[in-house]
Amino acid sequence: MNEAIVIGQAFNGLSTASILLLMALGLAVIFGLMGVINMAHGELMTAGAYTAYMAQTALAHFGPHAAGWAYLLALPLSFLVAGLLGLAIEWLLVRHLYGRPLETLLATWGLSLFLQQSYRNIFGSNNVYVKTPDWLTGGVAFSDGVQLPYVRLFIIALVGATLLGVFLYLYRTRTGLQIRSVMQNRAMASCCGVPTRRIDALTFAFGSGLAGLAGCALALIGSIGPSTGQYYIVDSFMVVVLGGVGRLLGAVAGAGVIGEMHAFIEYWSSASAATVAVFALIIVFLQLRPGGLFPTTSRALD
Amino acid sequence: MKRRDFLKGAGVAAIGAAAYPVLGGFGTARAAGSPVKVGILHSLSGTMAISEIPVKNAELMAIEEINAAGGVLGHKIKPIVVDGASDWPTFAQKAKQLIASDRVATVFGCWTSASRKAVKPVFEHYRNLLWYPVQYEGNECSKNIIYTGACPNQQIEPAVEWLFKNKGKKFFLVGSDYVFPRTANAIIKGQVKALGGEIVGEEYAPLGHMEFSTIVNKIKASGADVVFSTINGDSNVPFYKQYAAVGLTPEKAPIMAVSVAEVEVQGIGPQYCAGHYASWNYFETTKTPTNPKFVEEFKKKYGHDQVLDDPIEHGYLNVYLWKLAAEKARSFHPMRVRDAVGKVSFDAPQGKVKVDPANQNMYQVARVGEIMATGMFKEVWNSGKVLKPEPYSKYISNMMCDWPKGLVKRK
Repeated sequence: MNEAIVIGQAFNGLSTASILLLMALGLAVIFGLMGVINMAHGELMTAGAYTAYMAQTALAHFGPHAAGWAYLLALPLSFLVAGLLGLAIEWLLVRHLYGRPLETLLATWGLSLFLQQSYRNIFGSNNVYVKTPDWLTGGVAFSDGVQLPYVRLFIIALVGATLLGVFLYLYRTRTGLQIRSVMQNRAMASCCGVPTRRIDALTFAFGSGLAGLAGCALALIGSIGPSTGQYYIVDSFMVVVLGGVGRLLGAVAGAGVIGEMHAFIEYWSSASAATVAVFALIIVFLQLRPGGLFPTTSRALD
Repeated sequence: MKRRDFLKGAGVAAIGAAAYPVLGGFGTARAAGSPVKVGILHSLSGTMAISEIPVKNAELMAIEEINAAGGVLGHKIKPIVVDGASDWPTFAQKAKQLIASDRVATVFGCWTSASRKAVKPVFEHYRNLLWYPVQYEGNECSKNIIYTGACPNQQIEPAVEWLFKNKGKKFFLVGSDYVFPRTANAIIKGQVKALGGEIVGEEYAPLGHMEFSTIVNKIKASGADVVFSTINGDSNVPFYKQYAAVGLTPEKAPIMAVSVAEVEVQGIGPQYCAGHYASWNYFETTKTPTNPKFVEEFKKKYGHDQVLDDPIEHGYLNVYLWKLAAEKARSFHPMRVRDAVGKVSFDAPQGKVKVDPANQNMYQVARVGEIMATGMFKEVWNSGKVLKPEPYSKYISNMMCDWPKGLVKRK
């Protein structure tokens, strides 16, 4: 194994990790902080991907150069669309089921089927595609024919920015403080005058918006179709569980470990074998440390 | 299973098997003017719906056309559409329902080899007939299935030969991890070896796999001249996108695909796959006297943004082949239709086709097309004449399908 391949695979691992993290961030908020198992998370990502498609279709009327701008416009838009969709889901469905994880699981799974069929009815059963903006095609040439694609560098940068944004929102704003207080001790937060109902809705919408943003980013490298979300949902849960439920830092570490492991095991074996190996290692690890990489120490989340 | 259920099931099956061909009343006993029922069995939901719904539409269009022209043997056709739901046991159950309770004269349907293998025993048990529209890996010899999709020697083998002559001798094989790609690659390996070429890599990804960066890196490091892809379904989208992103181009190493047609190109985006190749028996752009009308009618009926492709065309021609065979047999009885199918030919949108009665696969022209920026194919090669189907590839098997003897050793 020469140096170029090590660099290439390390980059691939980092890139996979960034994608996993982007998918899992929204889930880390909804599942990690709120404890809600949202099986429709993948479909919220799909909503983001379709937003990118719609933005492109809408701006196509303004000439070929509009495609680049359409994608930039789609990023905040996808966050908004998925966030609003999440708000509606929370209000119509999830808020009636707080504290009943099994029912939530079943209801959101049903919702995911409902959303998939809705996408099929609205956009048709065929995949649609988003044109990669010109400024994202190609890549940085590295030594020995290794090329780092701009698309992947962009996603890594986007994840970094998103992570920073989430951190600042949760740890440096008043709303973030309220979110954390409600998640840690609902009764006490309520006594102190925190509007817990509104915070619940806001947190769910925020996590959903992050899912939409992930969908918009993934539109650049993956497929956009009614069942797209299904391909990512298992990996997203895996990242959150491995990292440790309730910890954002855990999701970062979980994504990094899975991404790099997958890239290197796959290079020596095959894609199927790598998937099996990664799953097996995670199962063994969770047997030894059920709390994940960064177990939550707060008693309130027990 | 409870004992009572088992007895009930066994009883129904026994009665069905014994009485069905007699009581079914195909052909002579049918009242004049009453419609003849046929089954349409495709996935209308789930992961395969994307591919199978247009085929279902084409089959329904053929039925409407035939009905408008007076039907078959004086009977209108009544299609019964059921959903296999991308789930193989469901396919078997729906096939049974179509034959045993709806009493259909024949069934058009299936896409994946897995669904075909699930319904095969049902059709054999009830002695009914399935018309299968998709290219496949061969290695099957059933009296109760007419396979009109390409055999390996009508798609994969000509494509390998064309690549070898025009694009290079070092092959990289990449596919989804299930029966079709693994069998196809076994054939390709045998053929490339026989031609004196080299296999520089072979990789499989699970169905629905979305992360191809490592596989693409392996392709790049292998120095391959050509990539032969048997990737199926949604995985094609990330594969082509990520292939282009690391700087691999059709000039450096073209991809030849056997599961990417016009419909898939729309989903991937022509931007990412222009310049690569695919091998089929029919393209929307295929120039024959009958094709323009077929394309126009389909688009008029299902929308002008709809594209046509090979399996859609095969679904359409299957209905006509069945009609012609039934007229030849003067009966709707599945086995009489089967016996007559070798005696008819049809001017399909891809050209004149006929079924080989020895193995129930179809004579057809092999084509290689280059994907254009419009998402359509430009034909760069065709076999010039219809090729005799060989469901058992000579590179992996010494058997052949030869009815009425069935599966025998190759002569």
